[in-house]
Amino acid sequence: MSDKVLMKGNEAIAEAAICAGCRHYFGYPITPQTEVAAYMAKKMPKIGGTFLQAESEIAAINMVYGVSSTGHRVMTSSSSPGISLKSEGLSYLAGADLPALVVNVQRGGPGLGGIQPSQSDYFQATRGGGHGDYHMVVFAPASVQEMASLTVRGFEVADKYRVTSMILADGTMGQMMEPVDLSSLKSEYNPEKPWATTGTGKKREHNIVNSLYLKPEELEKTNFERYERYKKIEENETLYEEYLMDDAEICVAAFGIAARVSKNAINEARKEGIKVGLIRPITLWPFPKAPFEKAANKVKTFISVELSMGQMIEDVRLSTHDKANYMLCNRVGGMIPSPDEVLSAIRNAAKGGKN
Amino acid sequence: MDHKRVIVLCGHYGSGKTNIALHIAKQIKSSGCDVAIADLDIVNPYFRTKDSAEELKKAGITLICSDYAGTNVDIPALPGEIYSLTEDRSRYAVLDIGGDERGALALGRLAPEIVKENNYEMLAVVNMCRPLTRDAASAVSVLREIEYACKIPFTGIINNTNLGRDTTPDIVTDSEKYVSEISKIMQIPVVMTTVCENVFDELKNKIPNLEKIDLQKKIFEEGE
Repeated sequence: MSDKVLMKGNEAIAEAAICAGCRHYFGYPITPQTEVAAYMAKKMPKIGGTFLQAESEIAAINMVYGVSSTGHRVMTSSSSPGISLKSEGLSYLAGADLPALVVNVQRGGPGLGGIQPSQSDYFQATRGGGHGDYHMVVFAPASVQEMASLTVRGFEVADKYRVTSMILADGTMGQMMEPVDLSSLKSEYNPEKPWATTGTGKKREHNIVNSLYLKPEELEKTNFERYERYKKIEENETLYEEYLMDDAEICVAAFGIAARVSKNAINEARKEGIKVGLIRPITLWPFPKAPFEKAANKVKTFISVELSMGQMIEDVRLSTHDKANYMLCNRVGGMIPSPDEVLSAIRNAAKGGKN
Repeated sequence: MDHKRVIVLCGHYGSGKTNIALHIAKQIKSSGCDVAIADLDIVNPYFRTKDSAEELKKAGITLICSDYAGTNVDIPALPGEIYSLTEDRSRYAVLDIGGDERGALALGRLAPEIVKENNYEMLAVVNMCRPLTRDAASAVSVLREIEYACKIPFTGIINNTNLGRDTTPDIVTDSEKYVSEISKIMQIPVVMTTVCENVFDELKNKIPNLEKIDLQKKIFEEGE
């Protein structure tokens, strides 16, 4: 029998985390990510792992902090309002240089918003959310297979640089079903963690995991050092996909579910002879500046297709030095742009139209 | 195929109940009988029978589902009209039940009437390619949980084994052993095997009671 199964995006994240060696999951239910927790609840007890439904999101993220301090792979998942609650913990994880995987299956906002899909936590994910100078590595899957493979990669990147990786999906990616090849989901990279609080064995000094620095000089030094690591992440871990960009005069920028809809629209536009391509950021932080910068030499108009009021478009403008035309094609509040809506935006751009 | 008046579809998350329910309702309608389809799913937030509301209206099939399905109201609500499913015996009723033992609780309140009328089929939808029901034993254990919550015993199995767009005829033929094992353990027959158009022709003379089903359309499928 093949090792392919038909999975929901949320299930794929959970199964991939287990394949990556994660044996500790802490969470609190919220639509549309609940299947991650449900899957963990069924599987973890059978493999000697921990599934714990915490009393709140804040409790769950601090349990993640605790387990990560001991050097084990650990994760939590939630959806938009729940991630806001976890934000304090995200800042503390960053301040203590603890690796962890956090999943956000986004829903409409702000506030309680709604349960339908959204991408409006882009700023929150890429610009912080929590306080202080820090970054998370943010992955934006566009298929159920990527939900799985980027989860494994997320754990590895987190361990390598001692940072939090975030899977920034949306409700549709979490709920849709597609075939997934499980055989490819292995984590080959399991670095030593000499900083973990695993007991000194009376052979070394105590390891202390903490984000409080009594002297400002020391806090400044750690922040500078942390940003040196972020620089390495920008150099080594940026991911993106280019589609039909070789001769493109119009470039669609889209990630996740918006990229899938956009591809269908681009295929239609190509049939009409419009030279349009796609750059799909797979990491949102670090943002793939280089392919956009390069594209800006030929591309006249960039169309950012988003399930938000226009958040990623700021990174597109920054990466291309604001020298082209920019259009936003968006739906919000739980709505998804249709291929026809994206196609009209492309036609409009081809005629030289602006937003 | 011939149906009892009430057709109940149960099965694990993502086993394919909604698409099969739509298929059966359309089939009954096209044979000239009145039919209502009821979305009693109280656990799944997306991809509901309601997504096909327009198509059902055109076909003259009554849709009974929560006013809140497909909206932002995240509560397990059921409409009062569900009582018409058991009270109005002049039409067929196809019931699409939520994906686990909690989802199946919704059927509990209709169960006594359904059993009393004794003109029902309680069908277990299974897919060998789903991660938590890949072998007969785990499928049976999930089905037993659902059966217990529903309070109606299963009468038959629908084999909906598929890998989405990657489904091959071999995957479906491989699954025959799997469903016959489930059938043996549960002592109920396999009443139908459902496949999509891409493999139907190759399998139609090889598998008994093979049905070709359409899938609900989604705007983000690749290659559309």
